[in-house]
Amino acid sequence: MIPELGHYALVLALALGLIQSVVPVIGARGHDAALMRLGTSTALMQFLFVGLSFLALTISYVTSDFSVASAFENSHSRMPLIYKITSVWGNHEGSMLLWVLILALFGALVAAFGRNLPATLKANVLAVQSWIASAFYLFILLTSNPFLRLPQTPAEGRDLNPILQDIGLAIHPPLLYLGYVGFSIAFSFAIAALIEGRIDAAWARWVRPWTLAAWTFLTVGIAMGSYWAYYTLGWGGFWFWDPVENASLMPWLAGTALLHSAVVMEKRNALKIWTILLAILAFSLSLIGTFLVRSGVLTSVHAFATDPTRGVFILIILVGFIGGGLTLFAWRASTLKQGGLFAPVSREGALVFNNLFLTTACLTVFVGTLYPLALESLAGEKISVGAPFFNLTFGPLFLVLMALMPFGPLLAWKRGNILGVAQRLMAAYAVGIAALAVAFAVEGTQSVLAPFGVGLAFYVMAGAAVDLVERTGLFRMPLGIVARRAAGLPRSTWGTAVAHFGIAVTLLGIIGAGTWGVERIVALKPSQTVSLADYELTFDGMMARSGPNYSEQAAKFTVKTGGVKIGVMQPSKRNFMARDTSTNEAALMTRGAGQLYLSLGDTNADGSIAIRLYYKPLVMLIWLGAIIMMVGGGLSLSDRRLRVGAPKPAKKPADKSTTTPTLQPAE
Amino acid sequence: MLALAIGLVLNAMTGAIVFFNSPTDVMEKNLSPGTRVRIGGLVKPGSVQRGDNLNIRFEVTDGQHDVAVRFQGIVPDLFREGQGVVAEGKIESGYVLAADTVLAKHDERYMPKEVVDSLKKSGRWQEGATQ
Repeated sequence: MIPELGHYALVLALALGLIQSVVPVIGARGHDAALMRLGTSTALMQFLFVGLSFLALTISYVTSDFSVASAFENSHSRMPLIYKITSVWGNHEGSMLLWVLILALFGALVAAFGRNLPATLKANVLAVQSWIASAFYLFILLTSNPFLRLPQTPAEGRDLNPILQDIGLAIHPPLLYLGYVGFSIAFSFAIAALIEGRIDAAWARWVRPWTLAAWTFLTVGIAMGSYWAYYTLGWGGFWFWDPVENASLMPWLAGTALLHSAVVMEKRNALKIWTILLAILAFSLSLIGTFLVRSGVLTSVHAFATDPTRGVFILIILVGFIGGGLTLFAWRASTLKQGGLFAPVSREGALVFNNLFLTTACLTVFVGTLYPLALESLAGEKISVGAPFFNLTFGPLFLVLMALMPFGPLLAWKRGNILGVAQRLMAAYAVGIAALAVAFAVEGTQSVLAPFGVGLAFYVMAGAAVDLVERTGLFRMPLGIVARRAAGLPRSTWGTAVAHFGIAVTLLGIIGAGTWGVERIVALKPSQTVSLADYELTFDGMMARSGPNYSEQAAKFTVKTGGVKIGVMQPSKRNFMARDTSTNEAALMTRGAGQLYLSLGDTNADGSIAIRLYYKPLVMLIWLGAIIMMVGGGLSLSDRRLRVGAPKPAKKPADKSTTTPTLQPAE
Repeated sequence: MLALAIGLVLNAMTGAIVFFNSPTDVMEKNLSPGTRVRIGGLVKPGSVQRGDNLNIRFEVTDGQHDVAVRFQGIVPDLFREGQGVVAEGKIESGYVLAADTVLAKHDERYMPKEVVDSLKKSGRWQEGATQ
């Protein structure tokens, strides 16, 4: 009964979606307030019904109702409750349902908190949002129905893919989807602006918080996926340039560019057409990501099942929205008025530069990801494009971008003084050069590039601090005044500095783990010792353990440094009975920002066991940097000017640079 | 900027891309030693030999030809005889692949697509027979 209710709720959501796709647009054309308002109610109702549908599916999984095909395929009655819940989206059908749930959530948020949006803009935005939602409801109902019943109820489920039986599944997909799908709002706003043929700085001000929220979620979603892959795949890598990873990196790059160009549009009423294009691209890349992952074009742990009809359906959605969006852009963009001239050397100029680098970097990732697919379908040749390709293309672009990053926030709007800024960054160069010298002194010249990378990272961190130091008057004024100034700074200024600091922290982690990481692969017998870096690990022996739906062989290692015991590590191999599959559970020991990483290989005939041991200095900084970026995004989001759902727009903008009259909504 | 990007991409294309081959391709193309390739197929039953220091040798077959692979390290959990495998490395003389990466499938239900294609080409693939 419950699965049928869930199915029915989804059908109702589709019906509401179709109504919302049409009626508000008609209302906006004829300035009929009642028709326009309808979109608000249907958006809230859509969220309610998709929510009910998702709840129904969750109940089927939690109660182990194996008459539901997807629960039978992906769940098991003996799994812990948390995995019963997460396995709802640990498969194709359920994960698409989560996708539309988040899409409906964003639609409902716009409906609920968009009270101060002009009525026509809001009506059009909700309609466009509903086009996307309806397309995906149809996709689920026609090709991927999660509520499908089996003719006979099996006694036991086939269990969730053991690799996915991890807390990572509770964190990574929802965050990533909040990011991916969040860009749909920017897309809907862009399409609505093109339909209306009108766009101003206020538009950017409404779009920016949504983009910022999506970006923040995407940043931490990607980082958590990376950490999950790192500890679960057993070979200590944190980024594999796998097409599926690239699929999430591309919207991140486009979204980062959008975030910056929207600033220019909001403050200076310039770069309008470009911002619209980026908004379309960011979501298009999210759709391409969904296509790559869900269509079965790629083989990976993310491609749950391959069914050609699904691929074709998603391709149709993809072509419809990307093609339609870009066509509308080509047709209508010329009607938008450009405004806000600026000199090349200025804050605007710096942000344009940022955009050029980010979109070019995004393009290289795009080529590296899609070229192999195109080549295979056109020429039948199969190639693999991996880290070496991206290190040669994406790498240099991103490093140059980072080297220029500290300049941006220090340049003045309209016309900046590059020499002045270069002088103000003296302290940052000094920090960078000192870090470079220390890195050379400590690590020697085994890798020439790495110390420069360390210098670059410290220079960017110091550069981010310079902006705050100058604005608060730290080191120049009494502490009381500094504190008051710091409190008075716009939160978005803090957000910028913190996020820029965060990306430098991530860079430092990548360099540390990549360059100075050490690795040993050996076979050990009980009571033998292996040493790596400053650590000695003694293999104490194996022991058998059992979990709720698996049995495992764990190895116990005593870890010592300088003769002092600091702990034990217990990597294991788990065997999952239901699927007769084994997983490798690496053991991690965090030492400062570095980690010892130990995973098990095969047991040999002579009783020895193969182990893979890594010491990765600074590796934790990779993800810590992403968390710092998330904090930066959150700070910026909490800025008074941008607060989502602030009942009234600021009467008089606090920031002196935002005094253009167009900032007030038209009503 | 675009020119720069194209330059970088073209430069990387010449040196940083690896072609995928089936064992038959390796034989037919007569690849010269030192070429970096990725090969896919099944681990030939009975061909796995484990040596000291985690050295392992096995043969990858597509049913028509076999290519010997040597590798030092830990093979993936799902590396088994008769199962799909992808190995990447340099061709040595005598068509031995000195692999630095060995990949197996992620899950018992799925086969790497490259392996499926390789088997389809040699006519050894039967739908649904892989489980």
